[in-house]
Amino acid sequence: MSSDQRLPILTVENVSKAFGGLQAVDRADLEVAEGSITGLIGPNGAGKTTLFNLVSGFIKPDSGRITFQGERIDGLPPHQVFRRGLVRTFQIPRELGGMTVVENLMLVPGEQAGESLWNAWFMPWRVSDQEDANFTKAEDVLRFLNLHHLRDEYALNLSGGQKKLLELGRTLMCDPKMIMLVEPAAGVNRTLMRDIVNDIKRLRVERGITFFVIEHDMDIVALLCDRLIVMAEGTKLAEGSPDEVRADERVLDAYLGGRGR
Amino acid sequence: MTHADKHPGRARGLKPSDFIATAVLLGITIAIPFIAYEQSRGALPDGNLAGTFSFYTAFLVTVGVFALLTLALNIQWGYAGVINFGVLAFFMLGAYVTAVITKGDPQGDFTDYIGGWGDDLNLIPALATNQWLPFVVATAAAAIAAGLLAFLVAFPTLRLREDYLAIATIGIAEVMRRVVIEERWMVNGSRGLTGVPQPLGNIVDQSDYKYLNVVIIGIVVILIFFALERAVRSPWGRVLLGLRDDEEATAASGKNVFAFKTQSFVLGAAIMGVGGSMYAYAFSALSPDAFTHLFATFIFWAMLMVGGSGNNKGAIAGAYVVWGLWTLSLQMQGYELGDLVQSRMPYLRGLLLGVAIVGVLLIRPLGLLPQERRVSAWVERRVKKERSAPAPPAEP
Ligand SMILES: Nc1ncnc2c1ncn2[C@@H]1O[C@H](COP(=O)(O)OP(=O)(O)O)[C@@H](O)[C@H]1O
Ligand SMILES: [Mg+2]
Repeated sequence: MSSDQRLPILTVENVSKAFGGLQAVDRADLEVAEGSITGLIGPNGAGKTTLFNLVSGFIKPDSGRITFQGERIDGLPPHQVFRRGLVRTFQIPRELGGMTVVENLMLVPGEQAGESLWNAWFMPWRVSDQEDANFTKAEDVLRFLNLHHLRDEYALNLSGGQKKLLELGRTLMCDPKMIMLVEPAAGVNRTLMRDIVNDIKRLRVERGITFFVIEHDMDIVALLCDRLIVMAEGTKLAEGSPDEVRADERVLDAYLGGRGR
Repeated sequence: MTHADKHPGRARGLKPSDFIATAVLLGITIAIPFIAYEQSRGALPDGNLAGTFSFYTAFLVTVGVFALLTLALNIQWGYAGVINFGVLAFFMLGAYVTAVITKGDPQGDFTDYIGGWGDDLNLIPALATNQWLPFVVATAAAAIAAGLLAFLVAFPTLRLREDYLAIATIGIAEVMRRVVIEERWMVNGSRGLTGVPQPLGNIVDQSDYKYLNVVIIGIVVILIFFALERAVRSPWGRVLLGLRDDEEATAASGKNVFAFKTQSFVLGAAIMGVGGSMYAYAFSALSPDAFTHLFATFIFWAMLMVGGSGNNKGAIAGAYVVWGLWTLSLQMQGYELGDLVQSRMPYLRGLLLGVAIVGVLLIRPLGLLPQERRVSAWVERRVKKERSAPAPPAEP
C-alpha cells in the first residue's frame, strides 16, 4: 500500500467510530511509514482529531484494528499507548498551568522511582539522581525550544505559541518512537516555526522518530511532510507526496464541497 | 539571550495581600487568648490566666484534630483534584473504630455496641489501656478502615467522571450517619458512646488531660505533616498536581490516572481516619449528632480554601483561622443582645463566619498560604543552589 519501501510503524485497519448517529471515522484504512513525517490533512469534520484520539487511546474504536510496531494497541488506555513509545500533543495546548515549565517537562519521563510513595518516603536516594537527570534533560529541551528563560514560570502564564512549544517539549522528554502532533504551527510565529520544522527533521534523522502531524497550514505541511494522507468524511480519500496531493482533483473537491466547510 | 537572573520566580516581592494574610493570622492568634480570657470568667468577675490557658489549650486540641482532616482533604482535593464531599464518612468511621477497639464491654441496659475489646486487650500487658500501644493499634485500625472504605468507594467511581465520585462521597457520608443512628446494636445509635479511654489518661488528672492531649495531637500533626510534605514534594506529588490541572494531559504523559487518583483518595481517607481517632481520644465521647455535614465535611473545605489549597502549611493555618473565627463568634453569645438577635445566634454565627471566609478569599483567592511554586523538593534545592552560586556562565 505504501509506495515507500519503508515498513509501516502504525497501521489503522478498517477502524470506525460513531458518536450517536454521526459516523466520525468510517472504516478508515491507513498506514504511517517508519521514519516518515506524515501529514494528515482534510476539511473540518473529516475525522482527523477523532482518529488521533483513537490511536492514542483516548477513545476506543467501535470496530477495526490499530497496530503499532506490530502490536495491537486499540483499546489500550492512554498511558499504556504512551509507554509503547507513541506520544501525542493536543490541539488546544494542555499545559499543567499550576506547575512551572520545567516541572511540566519533568513530569513526563516514565518509570520514575519517585512516583512511588514508598520511594518518596523511604528511598529518597533513588529519587535524587533521577530528579537531577530529568532536570538536566528538561533544561536541554527548553534550550532546544528557546523556552529556557521561562523555566521557572508557571505554565499558565505562557503565550499560546509558547504553550504549543511546551507541548512539543513534553513529547521530547521520553524517548518516543512516534510523535503525533496536532497543529504544531497554530499560534507559533513563522520564524520560530521554521526552526521547529528543522528541529523535527533533525529529530527524525538523529533519533529515528516518526512524526504524524495534523496541520492546516499548507506551507508548513509542504515544508515538513514527506507524505500526506487526506481524510474526508471519516475515511482516507487520497495519499501521496505533497505535490501529488495538491494536484489531486478529489482533494480539491473535498475541501471545496466537503461537509463542514 | 536571557540569563538565569531573569527567572520570573525570583522577582517575587511581597504583595499587599501578603501583609493582610499575615495580619489575619496574627490578629486571630492574638484575639483568641483574649476571648479565652473573657470566657474564663466563670464564677469569678474577672478572667484569670489559668482559665485562659485552659481555654486556649482546648482550642488548640480541636484545631489539631481539624488540621489532620484538612491536611487529608488537601491530599485529595488540593493536590490531586479528587473531590470528597463525604469527609464525614471517613472521619466518623475512624472515630467509631477507635472507640469500639479501646472501650471495654458494654455496661448497663441502654448501651450496646459491637467490639468493646478493651477488656480483652487488658489481658495482654502491652495492650492494657494504661499502656500506649493499644491506642496506636486503634489509630492504625481507624486509618486502615477508612482507607479500605475509600478504596471500595473509589474502585467503581474513580474511573468515571469526577461528578460521580462527588455524588458517591455525599452518599457514603449520609449512609454512614444513618447506619450509626439506626443500627443501635452497632455503636449504640443516637445515644452515642461515652468513656472512650484516652491515651496515657491514667497519668494525669482528667481535668488536666487536655495539656497532655495537645502534646500528643501536636506530635501526630507534625508527623503527618512531614510525611505528607515528603510524599507530595516529589515526583509522586507532581503527578497528583498534574491530575488536578489536566487529567487527560497527564494521561498523555504516560501516567496511570486511576492508580494515582486512588492512591491520593485512599491516603487522604486514611488520614481522615487518624483524625477521627484523635477526635475520639480528645473528647472521649462520640455522638452521631456531632457529625453533621457542615461540621464534619464542609468546614474542612472552608479551612482548606482559606488556608491555601495545595499547601500543607496552608491546610494547618486554615484550620487554625477558621476554627479561630468560629470560636471568636462564640463571644457574641456573651453580650446582652435583644431576643431577636439572641434566638438567631447560631445562624448569625454561621453567617459571620461565611462573610469572613468570603472576605479572606476575595483578598487572597489562593488562600492565606498559596501553593509553592516548585513541587519537587529536589528541583527546589537545585534551583536554590544555582542561585546562590556565583555569576551564571554566559550562554554562547
Ligand atoms: N466527542 C464527540 N461527540 C460527538 N461528536 C463528535 C465528537 N468528536 C467529534 N465529533 C464529530 O465527529 C466529526 C469528526 O470530527 P473531528 O474528528 O474533530 O474532525 P476534524 O478533526 O477532522 O475536524 C465531526 O462531525 C464532529 O462534530
Ligand atoms: Mg479537529
